[in-house]
Amino acid sequence: PQFAGLADVSISGEVPVEGEITVPVSPHGPDEDFSTLDEPVRDTIMRDLKAVGKKFIHVMYPKKSSALLRDWDLWGPLVLCVSLALMLQGGAADSKDDGGPQFAEVFVIIWFGAVVITLNSKLLGGTISFFQSLCVLGYCVLPLTVAMLVCRLVLLAGAGTISFIIRLIVVLAMFGWSTLASTAFLADSQPPNRKALVVYPIFLFYFVISWMILTFTPQ
Amino acid sequence: MATVDDLKFQEFDDAANLLAANPDATTISINEPAEISKNQHGRLQEPGREEDDELLGTDDSDKTELLAGQKKSAPFWTFEYYQTFFDVDTYQVLDRIKGSVFPVPGKNFVRLYIRSNPDLYGPFWICATLVFTIAVSGNLSNFFIHLGKPTYHYVPEFRKVSIAATTIYAYAWLVPLALWGFLMWRNSKVMNIVSYSFLEIVCVYGYSLFIYIPTAILWIIPQKVVRWVLMVFSLCLSGSVLVMTFWPAVRDDNRRIALATVATIVLLHALLAVGCLAYFFDAPELDFPAPIIPAHNGTTVVTKS
Repeated sequence: PQFAGLADVSISGEVPVEGEITVPVSPHGPDEDFSTLDEPVRDTIMRDLKAVGKKFIHVMYPKKSSALLRDWDLWGPLVLCVSLALMLQGGAADSKDDGGPQFAEVFVIIWFGAVVITLNSKLLGGTISFFQSLCVLGYCVLPLTVAMLVCRLVLLAGAGTISFIIRLIVVLAMFGWSTLASTAFLADSQPPNRKALVVYPIFLFYFVISWMILTFTPQ
Repeated sequence: MATVDDLKFQEFDDAANLLAANPDATTISINEPAEISKNQHGRLQEPGREEDDELLGTDDSDKTELLAGQKKSAPFWTFEYYQTFFDVDTYQVLDRIKGSVFPVPGKNFVRLYIRSNPDLYGPFWICATLVFTIAVSGNLSNFFIHLGKPTYHYVPEFRKVSIAATTIYAYAWLVPLALWGFLMWRNSKVMNIVSYSFLEIVCVYGYSLFIYIPTAILWIIPQKVVRWVLMVFSLCLSGSVLVMTFWPAVRDDNRRIALATVATIVLLHALLAVGCLAYFFDAPELDFPAPIIPAHNGTTVVTKS
C-alpha cells in the first residue's frame, strides 16, 4: 500500500505542533486593535511619542536595526524639520535677497530633497519602500538639528573667529554623523554596484543642510 | 541557406545565446522607429559601425545591441519605464564623467560612452551639484574678497541658490530640447549620418557640465587672470565634447547652417560660464583701498573703493 512507510512514524511529544488557539476569555482578545478608542488620550500620545523617541535613540547610536525601517513614521522628521527651520530664522540681512533661507525654503529643501533622494534610490533599483526611506532621511537630520542648537548657543556668546571654529567643528562632526547614520540604514537595500550612486545624493543633501547651518549669522 | 529553424520566431534570449555561440554572425538589431534612419545610414556609411562590430563579443554590447529596441518598451506611466533611464552602474557613471573631462579627439562621446544607454542620473545630479557648488563657492569667494573691510557684514545670499538652480536646469534641459527639435527638423530635410535621441542630447549636455564643478571651486581664488584662464580652459574642454558630438550630426547639412549650429552651441555654453562668473562671483579688487586722507576743515574723507 502507498502509505506503508508511514506506519513507522509516530509523533512524540517533543515535536512542536504549531497553531493558535485563541480563547477569548479576557477583554484583550481579537478586538485589541479597535480598543484604542477607549484608552485614555494620554496613552495614545505616549505610545507615539515613545516610538519617536526610540527612533531618535536609534539615530544617535546607529546600529543595524530594522526598527527604524519597519515602523516608519514621519512625526519625527516633521518635528526636526520645523525646529531646524525655525532656528534658522532671524538671520541678518541688509535686504531680503541676501539673507539666509526663509522658513519655506528650508522646509522645501528638506522634504523635496528627501523625496528626490528616495526616488533616486528606487529608480536605481533599491528595495526600500518610499516612506521608509523618507523616514530614515528625516530622522537622520537629528544630529544636524543638535548642531544648529549648539551653534545658536555659541553665537549667543559671541561671533568671533573662535566661535566660528567651534561651530565649524561641531557642524562637520554632525554632518559626518548624519551621513554615516543614514548610509548605515539605507545602504543594505541598494544593489551592490550602485551603492556610491545612492550615497552621493545623501551626502549632497546633508552638505546643503550643514552649509545653511554654518552660514547662519545672527543680527 | 535558411532552415526552418531560422524562420521561426525566436525569443531574444535565444538570439543572445546564438550570438554568443557564433560571434561573427551578422546581426540585425531592431530599434525604435526614431533610430531606424540612423541605422540605415549607419550601414551605408558605417562611421560608428566598425566600433560596434568589434565590440560584439562582449556581453555589454550584446545586451545594448539586441535590447536597444526592447529597453524602453514599458508604457510611460509605469515606474519601470523611468527605471530604464537609471540603468547605470557606478563605474559607468564614472567612465562617462571621465570621458567628458578628457575628450578624446575624434571620438564621439555619445557613441563611445552612452551607446544607446542614456541615463538621467548623471545629468540630474551633476546639475544639482553644480548649482550648489556655484552658490557656495560664490558665497565663499565674496566672503574672502570682502574679509578685511570694516563695513562688511557676511550674508549667506541664499536667494542665489534658486537663481542658480533655475539657470542651470533650464540650460541643461531646454537647450537640448531646442537642439533636438532643430536636429529633427533638419533631419527631415537632409538625411544625416547620425541623429540623436532627446535623452542622448540631455546626457551629453549634463556630463559636459561636470568640468564646471571643479572650475567653480577654483574660482574662489580672487584673481581675475586665474579665473579667466580657468574659464577658457573648462570652456574648451566641455565645448570640444559638445562640438565633437554634434559635428557629425550636422556636417552633411548646408555648410553655413552646420557652422551656425555648432557656433550657437559653443556660444550658449560660453554664455552660461561667463554669466555664472559675473553674477555669482564678485569682481576681485586688484588694488588695496587707498589710505584715508585726514579731513581738513571738515571736508569729506576720500577713499578709493
